Amino acid sequence: MAAGVKPRVKVPKSASAGEVITIKTLINHPMESGQRKDSNGNIIPRSIINRFTCDFNGQNVIDITLEPAISTNPYFEFDAKVPEAGEFKFTWYDDDGSVYEETSKIKVG
Amino acid sequence: MNDLKKIALGSALAIGAGLGLAGGASADPDEDQLIINGEIEIITEAPAPEHLRDRIDTIYSGWRFRSDETQAIQTDDFTNPAMIAVEAAAEVWETPDGAAGKSCASCHGAVEDGMKGVRAVYPKWNEKAGEVRTLEMQINACRTEHMQAEPWKYDGNDMVNMTALIASVSRGMPVNVAIDGPARETWEWGRELYYTRTGQLELSCASCHELNYGRMIRADHLSQGQINGFPTYRLKNAKLNSVHSRFKGCVRDTRAATYPVGSPEFVALELYVASRGNGLSVEGPSVRN
Repeated sequence: MAAGVKPRVKVPKSASAGEVITIKTLINHPMESGQRKDSNGNIIPRSIINRFTCDFNGQNVIDITLEPAISTNPYFEFDAKVPEAGEFKFTWYDDDGSVYEETSKIKVG
Repeated sequence: MNDLKKIALGSALAIGAGLGLAGGASADPDEDQLIINGEIEIITEAPAPEHLRDRIDTIYSGWRFRSDETQAIQTDDFTNPAMIAVEAAAEVWETPDGAAGKSCASCHGAVEDGMKGVRAVYPKWNEKAGEVRTLEMQINACRTEHMQAEPWKYDGNDMVNMTALIASVSRGMPVNVAIDGPARETWEWGRELYYTRTGQLELSCASCHELNYGRMIRADHLSQGQINGFPTYRLKNAKLNSVHSRFKGCVRDTRAATYPVGSPEFVALELYVASRGNGLSVEGPSVRN
């Protein structure tokens, strides 16, 4: 179980039609690999963000599978073309079943 | 800034490719400039303070010794992982704790106002207590005396997060710790410790950070050991590290039994090492490898 998980995104407030913008996302999460042992020698169960997606106006932009070797607080930076005004929706899926969502609106013009 | 940085990165790669392996030998501080969030200008190079002039001409922030990739992470608070800790501490700042029912904000107001410039002058002589206090000691004094709360572990998460928050509002201001007056005695002790060889390897702080900065120690690039960027988010352990934890790691690496974090020895050493950086900007929480 991960506590106090908070997603954050950085998306420009506006763009011109067809412009390629850079999006930055970060979520604080321990990304426990499932390989480590505690002081008693018991394996600490795996607890990671296993999938991250970004959609724009219902159309998928990026869909990422995360593996246990990815470090704590996973950060993603990627480019997206903005054809029209709308809303980016970001979703992180946790091993524990939690789903974290964040949205960001962008204007065109 | 971001675009400039990308261009700089591109040309650095091109030069590196052209020179091939020969490029690896040069390891002096680079010429990059640090501007955080496109607005906070950080002084990463300054004339050495008066007391150091006979030994070193110029002081450099550790940021100048890191790779372009590591440097870039610190140029934007969004990409700096230490800012997660700063956010967490900002909540704690507002939250009452202890029998007196007070929070930090009850006395100090907004952290941006109440703590601006504080990081730059610590460690600092405390007249009432008759001792040099680090920021950590002052935070715990506030907690036990004014808030009637439990003190935090000296290098625990709560503490290092709070020092990161307090440092963050002084970024860009020059470090300026006082080394005269009543603090002088502690400072001189710290200087003595700095030049004392310890451990099976018989290394003093100066062996690496004064005489050999810029060189490689195995795979690591030695900086001047400046502490203007603390607390520091290290990529190697993916967490914030306090000054004393770092001291402990260095002394351990000389294969010596170390002083504990928060010990009078490390307090004195912190004052002395901080004074070697007088003139560099407060940079914490910084990002290093």
